[in-house]
Amino acid sequence: MDFTFTEDQLSLRDAIHKFLMVEAAPELLREIWETEIGRSAELRAKLADQGLTALSVPEAYGGMGLGDVDWVLIQQELGYYAIPDSLTATAYLAVYLSKALPENSALKKHWLPKIADGSARVAVGHPINPFVADAANANLLLLWHDDELHGVLPADVTLTLHPSIDSSRRLYRVAWTPTAKSRLCGADKGAALWQGTIDRAGVAIAAQLLGLAQRMLDLGTDYAAQRKQFGKPIGSFQAVKHHLADVAVKIEFARPVVQRAAYALSRHDPQAARYVSHARLAAGEAARLAARKGIQVHGAMGYTWEADLQMFMKRAWALDAIWGDAIFHKARLAEAVLADGAPLGPSETFTH
Amino acid sequence: MRLEYTERQKKFRTEVREWMAANVPKQPLQSFDTREGFEQHRAWEAKLNEGRWSAVTWPKELGGRSSDLIDWLIFEEEYWRASAPLRVNQNGVFLLAPTLMEYGTDEQKARFLPRMAAGQDIWAQGWSEPGAGSDMAAIRSKAIKDGDHYVINGQKTWSTRAAFADWCFGLFRTDPDSQRHHGLTFVLFPLDLPGITIRPIKQLNGLPGFAEIFFDNVRVPVANRMGPEGQGWNVAMATAGFERGLMLRSPARFQKTAHNLVALYQRHRERADRDPSIRDAVLKSYMDAEAYALSTYQTASRLLRGGQIGPEASTNKIFWSELDLLMHETALRILGAHGELMPDTAAAAESGPWLDGFLFAQAGPIYAGSNEIQRNIIAERMLGLPR
Repeated sequence: MDFTFTEDQLSLRDAIHKFLMVEAAPELLREIWETEIGRSAELRAKLADQGLTALSVPEAYGGMGLGDVDWVLIQQELGYYAIPDSLTATAYLAVYLSKALPENSALKKHWLPKIADGSARVAVGHPINPFVADAANANLLLLWHDDELHGVLPADVTLTLHPSIDSSRRLYRVAWTPTAKSRLCGADKGAALWQGTIDRAGVAIAAQLLGLAQRMLDLGTDYAAQRKQFGKPIGSFQAVKHHLADVAVKIEFARPVVQRAAYALSRHDPQAARYVSHARLAAGEAARLAARKGIQVHGAMGYTWEADLQMFMKRAWALDAIWGDAIFHKARLAEAVLADGAPLGPSETFTH
Repeated sequence: MRLEYTERQKKFRTEVREWMAANVPKQPLQSFDTREGFEQHRAWEAKLNEGRWSAVTWPKELGGRSSDLIDWLIFEEEYWRASAPLRVNQNGVFLLAPTLMEYGTDEQKARFLPRMAAGQDIWAQGWSEPGAGSDMAAIRSKAIKDGDHYVINGQKTWSTRAAFADWCFGLFRTDPDSQRHHGLTFVLFPLDLPGITIRPIKQLNGLPGFAEIFFDNVRVPVANRMGPEGQGWNVAMATAGFERGLMLRSPARFQKTAHNLVALYQRHRERADRDPSIRDAVLKSYMDAEAYALSTYQTASRLLRGGQIGPEASTNKIFWSELDLLMHETALRILGAHGELMPDTAAAAESGPWLDGFLFAQAGPIYAGSNEIQRNIIAERMLGLPR
């Protein structure tokens, strides 16, 4: 039993943290918001330089072959900096979907090396989400059809844009026709594969929500330390302190829940779905509270377009409801916890 | 990261489970806040000690098993899983002992720890005074050196277990001209010394769970001082740190309550589901109890790799005390009009423990440093906001 990350995992996390601090400043995010596609080729290239696109691509296809536990720390950083990129769909979900396919499949042979070197973007569509994010700048779309997995090229889809309040998100309705040629995997294998995708997306989002919550807490803390009223920083007043302390508590007790879920996925734990839903609910609650307290501490500034807080709040609000909203995850958790003979109580914290 | 138990840890769990199955009293003991119940609990502490389960993290030569923190968590899980009695000596075993290990002399360790483990000395704590609650540095009770003794005068209050306990630890002002947290000294003393008067205070349940202690020229040997004279604040902060941190409230206790709450809800589901917010509170209870356990496993893992407990420990106190309230409030909502029945009556067989726990949960956000103080600590020391 050891609930710590390795030195390698932590130093990669630290390196990415420092890198994004410079390369993904809020001013840059605002610039990317204004672009047509909402994505930056330059930022993508830099993420690829850092090895992030190659993280879980197998070494045989030019990647680093790392797993769910390595991703979870990186996802926290992607959330902290509200990175506007389809990195998760491309380098985590698409790579996961490819793993069930035969070695000679095009998804592996043709696409995995391109994913690893950062030259391909993949969009992933599943009916749990009404829209497909980043469909317009994807080089490949991986789409659900009756639990089958289909690979579709941009030329074979018709897209309709649906603008999001988070201007970095580009959401599309995708019209397409499944064919025998587009089918990569049948429903027999596909059902479990898509469940695994929902769970990995869930952990990625939960980790991003943790990062977003931490960023909103940091922004609120900085603002409260600088803004003066009654001749003092407002952060010296207990009412303000306690708002921020409450957010810190929520983050503190959501983090290990998210990290356990990532570990469970890496081990094909039969309880993984329950752990993921718990992670989504806990991280979602932390992020929503961080947003609400963040606005409150910022005062009227928190309600403006000008304050950076908005970018992180909007991302959190949007992410909290995709790849299973709170209703989905609460229902899934309830089913597991309230089932007859569910493994609960002391000594059942981890699956035996 | 490896979130599986080793074979050795699994064997340890089995050993604890088997011992508890054979030894945990079949009938619940009376409350340790009665004289009779106190002695029943003392006998349980002695029995635990016979099996060398009283303080598993202590070194073997002092009666423990030199267990690491993960083994301690496993032990606690099995302890609560077996519905074993509350620890009447928790002030000693979980609060004072870690401080003794750090600050006590070898002579003090040998003198106090084995008797503590065996339940021969049950400990009370003496922090608060009438004018020093959340503001502990306002302590006024004095211990003035006179030869090889301190002469103590003053008053302590809210002293947990002091109504029946044998010994007490507390902070006293050894330098009468000192201010705030300077000039304080950590002293251990038996509660039957001449000049000590104990006045029990009834808690919400009508039992004397704590007491006032009055000191009238009480002579305590200097050998009973822990740590250097005048350094009592630092010594006490170490104790308070353990209290807020890991030892006092192991997560297994809350997981057991959460599990009981799920079972209670299942038994009353048809009625309870008429208010959907009850199901939500049950699920939240389960989630938060597990989150607290996961967080503790993470902290324990970090400490085993040489990490330190920092100000984030203050988040624990807030989290478990609010969780405890939520669980007991939810249980009483499910029990409806039966919830008010006195715990020891026959008709209260199902509701009694919940009412008992509900009353105790009311104190959680207050003792061991009020939750307001914890929030200040988080804001100032963890987030760095100005004082």
